Amino acid sequence: MKERREIIVKWMLIGISFLFFIIMLVLPLLEVIVRALADGWDSYCNAISADHTLSALKVTLIATVIALAVNTVFGLAAAWALTKFDFFGRNVLSTLIDIPFSISPVIAGLAFIMTFGRSGWMAPVLDWINQTLGTDIALVFSVPGVVLATIFVTFPFVSREIIPILYAQGSDEEEAAALMGAKGFTIFRKITFPHIKWGLLYGMILCTARAFGEFGAVYAISKTRGETFTLPLEIDALYMTGSADSITQAFAVSSLLVAMAVVILIGKNIVEYYGRKRK
Amino acid sequence: MKKERLKKQHSIIPGRGMTLGITITMLSLFILIPLVSAMLYSFRMSWKDFTELITRPNVTQAFATSIWCSLIAAVINCIFGTILAWVLVRYEFPGKRLMDAMIELPFALPTAVAGITLTKMYSDNGFLGRALERVGIRVSYTRLGIIIAMVFIGIPFVVRAVQPILEKLPAAHEEAALMLGASRFTTFRKVIFPEIMPALLSGFGLALARGIGEYGSVIYISGNSEKNGTQVVSYIIMSKLNSGNVDYEGAAAIALVLLILSFLMLFLINMIQHFAARRTNA
Amino acid sequence: MKNFLWKTVAWMLSACLMTGVLVGCGKNSGSDNKMKLTNVSYDPTRELYENYNKLFASHYKEETGKEIEIIQSHGGSGSQARSVIEGNDADVVTLALAHDITSIEDAGMIEAGWIDEFSKNSSPYTSTIVFLVRKGNEKGIADWDDLIKDGVDVITPDPKSSGGACWNFLAAWYYTKEKYQNDETQMKDFVSKLYNNVSVMDSGARGATTTFVENKQGDVLIAWENEALLTLEQYPDEYELITPSISILAEPSVAIVDENADKNGTQEAAKEYLEYLYTDEAQRLIGENYYRPSNQTILQEFSDTFDLNVRLCSIDDFGGWDQAYEDFFADDKIFDEINGK
Repeated sequence: MKERREIIVKWMLIGISFLFFIIMLVLPLLEVIVRALADGWDSYCNAISADHTLSALKVTLIATVIALAVNTVFGLAAAWALTKFDFFGRNVLSTLIDIPFSISPVIAGLAFIMTFGRSGWMAPVLDWINQTLGTDIALVFSVPGVVLATIFVTFPFVSREIIPILYAQGSDEEEAAALMGAKGFTIFRKITFPHIKWGLLYGMILCTARAFGEFGAVYAISKTRGETFTLPLEIDALYMTGSADSITQAFAVSSLLVAMAVVILIGKNIVEYYGRKRK
Repeated sequence: MKKERLKKQHSIIPGRGMTLGITITMLSLFILIPLVSAMLYSFRMSWKDFTELITRPNVTQAFATSIWCSLIAAVINCIFGTILAWVLVRYEFPGKRLMDAMIELPFALPTAVAGITLTKMYSDNGFLGRALERVGIRVSYTRLGIIIAMVFIGIPFVVRAVQPILEKLPAAHEEAALMLGASRFTTFRKVIFPEIMPALLSGFGLALARGIGEYGSVIYISGNSEKNGTQVVSYIIMSKLNSGNVDYEGAAAIALVLLILSFLMLFLINMIQHFAARRTNA
Repeated sequence: MKNFLWKTVAWMLSACLMTGVLVGCGKNSGSDNKMKLTNVSYDPTRELYENYNKLFASHYKEETGKEIEIIQSHGGSGSQARSVIEGNDADVVTLALAHDITSIEDAGMIEAGWIDEFSKNSSPYTSTIVFLVRKGNEKGIADWDDLIKDGVDVITPDPKSSGGACWNFLAAWYYTKEKYQNDETQMKDFVSKLYNNVSVMDSGARGATTTFVENKQGDVLIAWENEALLTLEQYPDEYELITPSISILAEPSVAIVDENADKNGTQEAAKEYLEYLYTDEAQRLIGENYYRPSNQTILQEFSDTFDLNVRLCSIDDFGGWDQAYEDFFADDKIFDEINGK
């Protein structure tokens, strides 16, 4: 009797999960693919190889790679500082790192404009740098601006994955190594790194995924199509063009991002699988 | 206790100056300086103007919409997120790995794509929208649409928070309870729920915080009508910046309130995690 | 302890440097010899300028032998103006409202008197507000009066965030002004009813068109004439255009952003770019893209496309744009009053 109830409950729960899963996650995905191919394969290929799309892809990749590098360095440093040492304001610092998680991306883009934009207080400093060095660097409405906005929204991804692992690990091994006279980087490479390897990779993958897809923050800081637009902005521009053709194109470009997302998710699963196996 | 004191006095692990230096610099450069300078704009407003702005009907309504919708969405996510996590951890069934892999899709899918797709699906000429319309339910351009968009973006937070805890929870625990004659529901309430509570709360908080500030995925499906109460806070901020008379101070002031709300929520989450960690360690 | 502090500071500095280098690397390195001109414009002009840029580029090549590439930027008119003030490197702006260009002038980036720099108040084309309904016009919409009937579902963008939406509002307002002979209570009552019938209020004109056309919301779209005509072309036999008895003359303006053009050395090319808009070829192209050419002779050539008999009020009837904004769209002014009802 109990057995049977058990089974009913099991399949009921699985059924609910599948229903939710299909309505919330699978259908939107299918919708994108169906709409992308609505005008046939040829126009799909044309849409994803258009100049604007390629330029957007380039900007997206540049921003993602730089954001990934910056956030990895930061994530490692922050995780080390927060878990290995005790200092005044540690809790506040760890909350501050999480800010970009919950802040409206719209504010993020705005913040850079208000700082580095023509009317921001950093503008004279930038002008001075440009004049003395003879360069022409603009931090807003330019690719560097897109990079900055992307860094902002993906900032805590790596550190947040590593910090719990390091907490759980404790510092005993590192302390022992230090007592025996090992150098900082040796300790990190030989003792800490093997523990956090998979967590780090997982964080980097999440960071990449988010960087690919960011819309709100970049939207505020990037205005020229074909120059500083990223893929999500290109999708928005196509959608906003409003004709049936361009909307299909918008979904075609979306499918590109969806494909990238799926690749990332597969990568993530492989990482998780190995990570678990090691445990 | 002894160890803690030792750590406080002096840690022998090297790299303190370096890591702290890098952390603080990058945090300041990329996050704090821009944020603070944006927030400073709101201080150009007098206190009277500030309160007047914040209590304007369309602003309070937008805050109410954002907070209520993300609250409801977060609750829905907690229910379904727990079920999903439970199913993924405890049962074997075909398609399980696929389901597990796809949970993070909303993370990886650009919010603009999500927004456009959901709008299409649920509008009168999308297939789900048409079916629901027949039953008399409208989703696109209503608050329901906002909630659905927020459920979509928030679901991974909850599943991924609860899943690892359930994995660690030994099945023997509940089996023992069941054996002793406790009903399924009681087992869940008394044995499992307390264990996953902190993680669930943390997932809840993250989903909530994400929902409150959300722009990209909500903006297409909401219809942004003041009359129907479908304007969200992010939309108000954007409209302050896009209108004929740009209102930086107003935008910054609303952003500041939003920021304080999110910060408080995150702080609460951190506190909860802190206490939870302490309890499990004890 | 002191040692630690020094170390921290040293690492802070090097982290700063590294960041600078990293972000600097992301700088666009496209500094080839091709002349580049950035035109910051508003949403509905996408198609017009795509075509015009081709025309101009070949003309420029002929004239000077040099290649020129025009970079386009589109968005809500107000936010586009803001982006220029904040540092978007525009050489020329072609915006929906003279007011938006004035705000760039106020920031010191455009020299005073820009409005007389090119002929016809620096507006090479105009447009107006019309109604777009679904084929068959089931609700029988013919004029503004029909929009306030029960059960009519209106789509128009939010004047709080869209310049185009302000024109829509002002056109309706001018109609009521004639109808009720300046009786403000009745006028407010009318527009209040009108905005009560609005079911989806998008943030921009383009978004509203998409909502109406693609997502099939609402019975009538209050739209720019050029948007409406473009929709008719793209969806033949699905929509009808209704011209109301009174509408408003919208005069989009163009100007050179002197500060940027001087810096980029594009002042001459920018002038050429905008002046060329007034030539016969360009004016015809403008007409073909459903904007009303400002050249009256050429406008007559398009009398099949445009209803040239519609009565048009202009922004001057509202005391200029600044005054109109102050009276209607600022916080707690008439729009807020009637929309809250």
